[in-house]
Amino acid sequence: MTSMERVLTAISHREPDRVPLFLLLSLHGARELGLSIEAYFSRPEHVVQGQLRMLERYGHDCIYGFFHASLEAEAWGGSTIFREDGPPNAGPPPIRAEAIASLVPPRIQEQPGLRRVLEAQRALRQAVGDTVPIVGVVMSPFSLPVMQLGFDHYLDLIFDRPDLMYRLMELNGAFCAEWANAQLAAGAHAICYFDPLASPKMIDPVLYRRFGAPVAQKTIAAITGPTATHLASGPCLGVVDDLVATGTTMVGVGEDDLAAVKESCRGRLTVVGNLNGIRMRNWDDAATATAVKEAIEAAASGGGFILSDQHGEIPWQVPEATLTALAEAVREYGRYPLPGGRG
Amino acid sequence: MLLEKYMVTSCYSGNAADNLAGSPALLLESALIGMDRLAVQQIYADSGLSPLCFCEQVIAPALTVIGEKWDRGDLSLSHVYMSGRLCEEFMEQVLGGHPPLVDERRRVALAVLEDYHLLGKRLVGFVLKGAGISYLDYGTVGAQELVHRVQRDGVRVLLISTLMLPSALKVREVRDGLDRLGLECRIIVGGAPFRLDPALHREVGADLGCDTASQVLLALAQLREGVS
Repeated sequence: MTSMERVLTAISHREPDRVPLFLLLSLHGARELGLSIEAYFSRPEHVVQGQLRMLERYGHDCIYGFFHASLEAEAWGGSTIFREDGPPNAGPPPIRAEAIASLVPPRIQEQPGLRRVLEAQRALRQAVGDTVPIVGVVMSPFSLPVMQLGFDHYLDLIFDRPDLMYRLMELNGAFCAEWANAQLAAGAHAICYFDPLASPKMIDPVLYRRFGAPVAQKTIAAITGPTATHLASGPCLGVVDDLVATGTTMVGVGEDDLAAVKESCRGRLTVVGNLNGIRMRNWDDAATATAVKEAIEAAASGGGFILSDQHGEIPWQVPEATLTALAEAVREYGRYPLPGGRG
Repeated sequence: MLLEKYMVTSCYSGNAADNLAGSPALLLESALIGMDRLAVQQIYADSGLSPLCFCEQVIAPALTVIGEKWDRGDLSLSHVYMSGRLCEEFMEQVLGGHPPLVDERRRVALAVLEDYHLLGKRLVGFVLKGAGISYLDYGTVGAQELVHRVQRDGVRVLLISTLMLPSALKVREVRDGLDRLGLECRIIVGGAPFRLDPALHREVGADLGCDTASQVLLALAQLREGVS
């Protein structure tokens, strides 16, 4: 099977030849090319080269057409702070609550950072065609305000100014759908809809149902391709039914009991996850194999499962040897039918 | 109302909720989760406690229980934040913006390492203020600058909040910088990377790690008693 066939089979809740592996490597391409992270993201061809080299090195099942989240903050007037050993971070929040009433969404074609992403995805699609899924990324309208306003001011807005909150969701929803569709048009096959605030760990599910779920339903309906809602390490068990109702296809799982999540999602959502990227830094081959086996044991039966990390980005500090061991472990332990006749 | 039988210290181990059944702290917890500002003021008025006692015996335990419930997955971070914000508002409105201070002889400072996302620091600030503990707020700061300020201000307990792994790993730089200067300053860390890897705080040379903002009270008590 090609990676695309493997993934399409898995997300159809059937068992492919083996468990698909998504190594969500946004940063390691810089090391492949011997570049600083800032230099790496400065040119789309670097990311293209980096992603293709990592695809060859690890033989995993996706291309991650993601640069860094702060590009969206930049589009709304924010800034990016680069560092040598981790993902670029969003600088001070660019928007104040009182400006929301007159706020205008950015135009994607006027944003150099977003254009670089589209250029990279276009070239990646030319390189791999439909053999390997290319994953684009958007920040959800409900979670983007953490970068737009700052988390505390965002929570203040939810509680103190629901009128402005509704307006912000409208603006962000329109931008999010447009940005997702631009990526799909450029070459992405699917969109990872990052929505960490959908997790009950972050936001009271009552508030999520009032603000986050409606805008997710509307936005995901407007996105012209499949979506994976990713909670970026947040648990999802309390909102699985809500996520299903948004129309999303997959869920990126965080600090959850993976077997319980799989049971809750079975036949409805494909589960993506949930290796701990922070601990992965210190795994030896045995620990890597154990983690892979445990995840497969918990969630792989019947398909509907893609092995990945739990955050949607593997830390820079995870060594290449560990990633190689991880990919080998999936090939060894992830073959269907699973041992013992499961599935 | 007889409060003596409910008296607890401002720091806990185990499940704080077990100690609070029917207490003003439990009433306050309920008022905070329900965002009932009037109830918060009423509980204070009914308590007959001095501001300092109310902080130590009611606000701090209530915030601790809310933190524990968040840790267990029973509440959301939005509950934790709004509870802290209501306590801060209460202290400003009812106590005139001058929270009472407990006898904390060690100088405490609170900082965020290289990040502009300050929710974690604000949550810790709510807990410290709620418990009547004064602290220096360093805001967002780099590792070397942080070491310099600790030396300048004679800080003995440094609280560091981080959001991302690289910032968490920078705590090692702070630890080494303090050690090079021979400064006796204990480090307490918290934030997502430390929650996701319970061994990380030791790896970076911190004395203690907290899974929730309210655990900072327990951590301060442990350091006071010489546990690390």
